[in-house]
Amino acid sequence: MTQSFSVVGKPLPRVDSMDQTMGKTQYVDDMTLPDMLVGRHLLSIHAHARILRIDTSRAESLPGVRGVITGSDLPITYGILPISQDEHALAVDRVRYVGEPVAAVAAVDAATAEEALGLIDVEYEPLDEVVTLEQAFADDRPILHGDGLGQNVHRSAALEFGDVEEGFARADYIREDVFFFGGNTHAALETHAALASYSQTGKLTLWSSTQVPHYVHRTLEKVLELPAGRIRVVAPAIGGGFGGKTDPFSHELTAAKLSMVTGKPVKINLSREEVFYAHRGRHPVLMWIKTGFENDGTITSMRFKTFLDGGAYGSYGVASLYYTGALQPTTYRIPNYRFEGVRVFTNKPPCGPKRGHGTPQPRFGLECQLDKAADHLGIDPATIRRRNAVEPFSTTVNHLRITSCALVECIDKVVEESGFAGKHRQLPSGRGVGLAVGAYMSGAGLPIYFNDMPQSEVQVKVDRGGGVTVFSMATDIGQGSTTMLATVIAESLGLEPADMIMVTADTDLTPVDLGSYSSRVTFMAGNAAVVAGRKIRSRVVQAVADELETEPGSIVAEHGRVGVAGDPDRSVSWADGVRLAIAATGPLVESGGYTAPKLAGSFRGAGVGISPAYSYSACVVEVDCDAATGIVKVERVWLAHDIGRALNPLLTEGQVEGGVYMGLGEALYEEHAFRGSLHRGPSLLDYKIPTALDMPPVETFLIESDDPEGPFGAKEVGQGPLLPVIPAVANAIHDALGVRIDEVPITPPKIVAALREVSRGRPGRVGPVTIPDYEFTRLTRVEVPEGFVTP
Amino acid sequence: MTIRLPAFDYLTPETLEDAAQLLADPERSVVVVGGGTDVVPKMKRRQITPEVLVSLSRIESLHGIRIDESGACTIGASTTLAEIHDSTVVPEVFAAAAGDVASPQIRNSATVGGNLCLDTRCNYIDMSDSWRQASGYCLKDGGDTCWVAPRSNKCWAISSSDLATVAVALGGSVRLTSVRGERLIPIEALYNNDGMSYLTCAADEILVELVLPRGNGRATYRKLRRRGSIDFPLLGVAISARFDDAGMCVFARIVLGGIASAPLRAIEAEEFIVGRQLTDEVLEEAARLATQPARPQDNTDTGSRYRKWMVSVFVERALGDVAGDRA
Ligand SMILES: Cc1cc2nc3c(=O)[nH]c(=O)nc-3n(C[C@H](O)[C@H](O)[C@H](O)COP(=O)(O)OP(=O)(O)OC[C@H]3O[C@@H](n4cnc5c(N)ncnc54)[C@H](O)[C@@H]3O)c2cc1C
Repeated sequence: MTQSFSVVGKPLPRVDSMDQTMGKTQYVDDMTLPDMLVGRHLLSIHAHARILRIDTSRAESLPGVRGVITGSDLPITYGILPISQDEHALAVDRVRYVGEPVAAVAAVDAATAEEALGLIDVEYEPLDEVVTLEQAFADDRPILHGDGLGQNVHRSAALEFGDVEEGFARADYIREDVFFFGGNTHAALETHAALASYSQTGKLTLWSSTQVPHYVHRTLEKVLELPAGRIRVVAPAIGGGFGGKTDPFSHELTAAKLSMVTGKPVKINLSREEVFYAHRGRHPVLMWIKTGFENDGTITSMRFKTFLDGGAYGSYGVASLYYTGALQPTTYRIPNYRFEGVRVFTNKPPCGPKRGHGTPQPRFGLECQLDKAADHLGIDPATIRRRNAVEPFSTTVNHLRITSCALVECIDKVVEESGFAGKHRQLPSGRGVGLAVGAYMSGAGLPIYFNDMPQSEVQVKVDRGGGVTVFSMATDIGQGSTTMLATVIAESLGLEPADMIMVTADTDLTPVDLGSYSSRVTFMAGNAAVVAGRKIRSRVVQAVADELETEPGSIVAEHGRVGVAGDPDRSVSWADGVRLAIAATGPLVESGGYTAPKLAGSFRGAGVGISPAYSYSACVVEVDCDAATGIVKVERVWLAHDIGRALNPLLTEGQVEGGVYMGLGEALYEEHAFRGSLHRGPSLLDYKIPTALDMPPVETFLIESDDPEGPFGAKEVGQGPLLPVIPAVANAIHDALGVRIDEVPITPPKIVAALREVSRGRPGRVGPVTIPDYEFTRLTRVEVPEGFVTP
Repeated sequence: MTIRLPAFDYLTPETLEDAAQLLADPERSVVVVGGGTDVVPKMKRRQITPEVLVSLSRIESLHGIRIDESGACTIGASTTLAEIHDSTVVPEVFAAAAGDVASPQIRNSATVGGNLCLDTRCNYIDMSDSWRQASGYCLKDGGDTCWVAPRSNKCWAISSSDLATVAVALGGSVRLTSVRGERLIPIEALYNNDGMSYLTCAADEILVELVLPRGNGRATYRKLRRRGSIDFPLLGVAISARFDDAGMCVFARIVLGGIASAPLRAIEAEEFIVGRQLTDEVLEEAARLATQPARPQDNTDTGSRYRKWMVSVFVERALGDVAGDRA
């Protein structure tokens, strides 16, 4: 079916871009309130220690200091996942990483607040640290969350779908590989900030640069013991998130508490260094993959083990853990699959979700291993991927429902546009091309806390003058969700996106949307908006049809008019139509909700990975490597993305380019590195995000597979395009130099080290060789789903 | 959040004499500042907490670039790196190297005086105060251990100025002024291979200008860094050389930056190439010899082993640059 649209599919600028470009947009740190105080945190200087005593009296008596709080003032634990309520806003009795907030001060200005921090006396008793995987598995180290000595396993998982041994028995070729993905962090431009104001009447307002106002709302309710109705959380303009603002954070709670204690508004803006410690970034993952192939490259069986270094707290860790095993079967038909994973606690800043949440690491391993297997079997990289590609409208062995899927089209597109076939193994030494693919969820199928309410609600109110106001808690973190909502409503009503009045991300004013994570907003808030828009439209259409004495079926709403299709004389302006509708049927206010279909299987862990739709991407990267220095120049990137439908191609391409940028950073530069338990360089000088000069041209191809359940057929684009970039770089470097760096970031020293091995007649590889011998217990065997066809 | 500066007095003398006088204050801790692109971050990190900053920016005579009759190029200490980069009269290699420093925004305020006097760097010290508390203050920071080499009693912080390396290769000189008078010394003599007292001059001496002799040879600078901009040199190799008509090398200076606490001359390599034509074999041997004095430590990005390997690669390539078609 071909549909025609008026604004969907047009490359219109974002509705808020003019203010941003002119520097007028107000971020939290731009906001001030009368009598506002400045808050600061005192950070732990120990990675692991008992707090014997905190004396704040000297700080409290410093002129200008208005409030000092410590862990005992906020004793209630919290955490983003209901099963991981293991955090305190300020450390209680024990610190678990360098940089953990220990006390908070509010003072009349920043200088006084900082001076006061120096007057807080903390007496620590250092404890043995747990830094590496090996130490976490040892039984002679202190248990981070608990007493005594023992292992620091946070969570482990072991699931088998089908029969992997049977699958391996069928294989012509089996290979095992070990990979390591170094941790990295989001590095959003805006550092986290929160402004809290507790009024005389006992009402708390918190403006925060958060991706999840709803979850922050719930956390404040729990920790501050205030009724939810007395708390308002607002997310104003956000300067980037990427998953780094998806947890409730200490400073949100301490700003609120300090405002309650002092009776004055309190603002806390984290320093860049504090953001590195707040972290919640990509988990370092060590992985082992064993895959069986037939001679033609068909996968018969796969085992995947992942070891996640989670840092000091739970955060999203349990979900992250399952994500390292969940999405491999969304791109390739794996008939028998076993996933075993374990997340450990260590004395480092807590890891969490970053763009791609838990899936870029296994995707890197999987796509590199596929290339190695293709090499061995004499098959080209595109063919082995096409041969195993999942089919549209199928079910994976791990019970994921696949709907629209243009994976093969994506592969074909980038292979053709990049001239891959003519370049792979044929470019002069030092130059190479690499291919990889990926898939990502258009929203997690389940909310973070169990409930049966809609995952997104949108409300639309129309003024008697025709003005349309859209209310949604969807939080624009730079991805363009506000523009997306304006586009969906404008399309429904025959208006322009720029004319929509957008009220977003405010728990007092807007109905719930769970937040900007898991690439859920376009799919879920977009669908809720479609419903609300349709209701408004049908009421106006009905009223106009009655007025023109015709059938509603013959009425269209487009270009600001409502009337009989093709007959301008029999139409009214949008505003007149609105007035007719209000006169006929009362206030023109409607709402829509979206609840994902029930997709979860009935086994433990089945909630992770399910989604109403998956986006697909394929990527070719061309590199030019300097063999002597190991410096890699990325010449060009071709990326095809199955977006379902591009509601706005300009924004969609922006997301692809941003994903490529971030992927290249992870592949070649960025590492959240530690020396022992101490961060090696918590600054943007030491933590190497690529500069504009390091960014190659990107050719983006949007493939529209028109998803049957997506809003106007749309799927996600915020995270998926990052996934194939990292392994495509690794594969391109192999094509260029013949060496395998099975470890990201792929830095110049690693490349040179691998080439030096080659010159000594040894294999040109850098990467881990072994995995800890950790025993995964309680393997859950899950039947293959009904209707699962083995290739 | 913007990190606050500690309180300090900011003085802006208009003559060199006044500046020298202010710097000689025995009562207060005084630091001279050019563009402040290094001084200010250091103050924010509480590595230094001077009571007084003496800015050179208002002293007219320190701005600008002159060429004298001999063809020597004199660059006033307050000349910015952006001005040097854009200049058509400073030696080409120096202008190009100025463009390799930091980022465009930083080059707009950074001065050549500040660059040549840039403090040595180390990733155990160029960190916030609370990070350094967690790590334990190091030797350069009032502590008693160098965390880079805990058994040594020397500080291994790295000379990280791009222009120092080039200026030494070009045989430049610097004019220094203080209340005790003025002196002109070869720039090579300004540096000390010690991370703590990395300059030989007194704390109250002002670098007034850099004098680069008229070059009659060839020169090059190659910088190793991770990204296309912003990053300090992980290694810098500057070479100047002259050749006779037969293509024989008659003079050479090979200087390594970013691997020791001072720009390091690779003297053996220099001596080896003088009197030779720069054939591939000669380049290779010179590169090997140049690596010998290099003892990079693990106190910046990419580690010591790699940076040591890169010395020979960069020296060989840099020699290739100057050899041109004369080899
Ligand atoms: C992100 C970043 C990246 C950087 N990258 C590089 C790089 O790639 N290469 C590089 O070389 N540098 C780099 N720098 C360091 C610095 O910006 C430059 O070296 C700059 O040229 C310093 O000049 P300035 O005028 O700002 O120095 P200031 O900060 O003013 O001074 C630096 C030092 O010199 C002393 N000083 C200044 N002027 C005089 C004078 N006339 N006489 C005596 N002493 C003086 C000061 O007391 C201070 O100790 C970087 C800095 C940053 C923040």
